[in-house]
Amino acid sequence: MAQVEKTRHLLLVYPHPDDESFGKAGTVILFTRAGTPATLICGTLGELGRNMGNPPIANRETLPKIRRKELEQACEILGIRDLRLLGLRDKTIEFEDPERIADRIEAVIREVKPSILMTYYPKLGVHPDHDAMSNAAVIAVKRLPKEERPVIWGSAVVHEPEKILGDPDFVIDVSSVLEQKLAAMKAHRSQFSGIFARVEEALAAGGEAREEVMRLLATERYWIYRLDD
Amino acid sequence: MKPIDVQAVQAALNRFVGDDVYLHLETTNGAYAAHRFGQPMAVCAYIRNGRIRFERAAIAGNRPYRVGLKMDQGWVYAEGLTDYEVDEKGRLLLAGHDDEGRLAVALQLSRTPWPMSAIEEEA
Repeated sequence: MAQVEKTRHLLLVYPHPDDESFGKAGTVILFTRAGTPATLICGTLGELGRNMGNPPIANRETLPKIRRKELEQACEILGIRDLRLLGLRDKTIEFEDPERIADRIEAVIREVKPSILMTYYPKLGVHPDHDAMSNAAVIAVKRLPKEERPVIWGSAVVHEPEKILGDPDFVIDVSSVLEQKLAAMKAHRSQFSGIFARVEEALAAGGEAREEVMRLLATERYWIYRLDD
Repeated sequence: MKPIDVQAVQAALNRFVGDDVYLHLETTNGAYAAHRFGQPMAVCAYIRNGRIRFERAAIAGNRPYRVGLKMDQGWVYAEGLTDYEVDEKGRLLLAGHDDEGRLAVALQLSRTPWPMSAIEEEA
């Protein structure tokens, strides 16, 4: 298990509200509690999500406004004080010019000078927006002189990423902030019940089912994305 | 949104007949259909702000419903619609939700373009 310690600045680069929390909230909370300032670049407002809450609390047109509020609540729980919305549109990032998206990420990198940049591991994000956003982040980082580049912590969504990448570089035990992690995830109310129906059932059931889910949620894994030049 | 009331939806559709209207038409089985839900592939198509004009509009079926818009040269069609709403701007939203409340299909009509981002809409 790797220890999370205060670092200069943490920059998160994701396409959708909830990407910063699902699978990553514990690590972010540990960093910000240690005194690390954090900035989140969120590409879209998840306008085309099919989860509307169960029972539905949104429709196609109100969803982005609701998700923006959910994101702001999650950021509060995560200790992220600086939220930058790029105003791109869900499912379309891969069709934009990656250099132009990289321009906007690069500007933020030069401003906040992150020591760590968290994003999806390039090409292993499953969702096309994940891969488009991590690709743009890598382009942006590559434009910096080597000594100014943040370390890229990538999370993989594919099944069995170890078979492709080997063991993760960082395995973070987030059990000390598990309740806060769950609160950040649940802040994304319109998405949580649809995506984590089984998690919710297990949490409600208590006992061993709950323990099992809590164990799974207590570990977060990251692979360093190494630049070849 | 509310469960579809056929008469209310038919009346709402009729109000758009003969005018230039902006269409949002979408169907999706979710970006993770193949990754997490065991389906062969993720399938989605959407048109946002297609400008159309239709001469006839009808709703058919019995929960879920179908809607067809007959244009001078072509058709717009959606199947699997369960819920509707006429919002405060007079726009008609139709959607089909599955048992868990997930959107599978949407057909929406507006006299003004649908916003491209909520940020733009607030500005």
